[in-house]
Amino acid sequence: MIDLYTTYLLVVSALSLCVILALIRVLRGPTAPDRVVGVDTINTIVIVGMVAFGVAFREVIYIDVAIVYALLSFVSTLFIAKYLEGGDF
Amino acid sequence: MIFDFVIYILIGIGIFFNVLAGVGLLRFPDVYTRLHAGTKCTTFGSIFLIGSVILIGLKMWWEKDTNGSVLAIHSTLALIAILLTNPVGAHAIARAAHRSGVQPAHAVIDELAQKPMEKTQKKDKKINQQKGGD
Repeated sequence: MIDLYTTYLLVVSALSLCVILALIRVLRGPTAPDRVVGVDTINTIVIVGMVAFGVAFREVIYIDVAIVYALLSFVSTLFIAKYLEGGDF
Repeated sequence: MIFDFVIYILIGIGIFFNVLAGVGLLRFPDVYTRLHAGTKCTTFGSIFLIGSVILIGLKMWWEKDTNGSVLAIHSTLALIAILLTNPVGAHAIARAAHRSGVQPAHAVIDELAQKPMEKTQKKDKKINQQKGGD
């Protein structure tokens, strides 16, 4: 029987599968917004993976890193969207 | 024991929806439908995965471990950050895709490009201003 904390290492490996699936879309995407959608999905999955790592290794500071990563990736997504729109900004 | 069972169920739901997001991102034909899969499914899966982490923190707190309360509160903050930023980012990407000229697959008409709502709203504003002036 696996411990409850080491279960989260399996969670991280399953999430890395999702990251690979989204990465295929980033590499293949026909247009630029497709790639942005893939990167946005990867960002959300990485945040959840950081929280899962924090539980698996019992380090609370990984979760603080996840919060900061969420806010910074939000800003970068908004900026790329603003760039794709064109025009003045 | 029942507590652990609930946590395992939450982990299962979260992993299922996150994998579904990856598959939908690969299979859908279009930017807008890919955005639909990639954003909503990851948000829903993240709610359940981080919810299981919060439950673990509450369980540790119940067993007199002070790290548990810190774990629960900080993962709640991470969940709130995801819930606030993810829909806004998706809306910005969809708006940028439409304005940069990406059409939906198998689309026949583009109702947003015709902008019928904007004209009628302007007329309504003018009428309201005239009524207010009188």
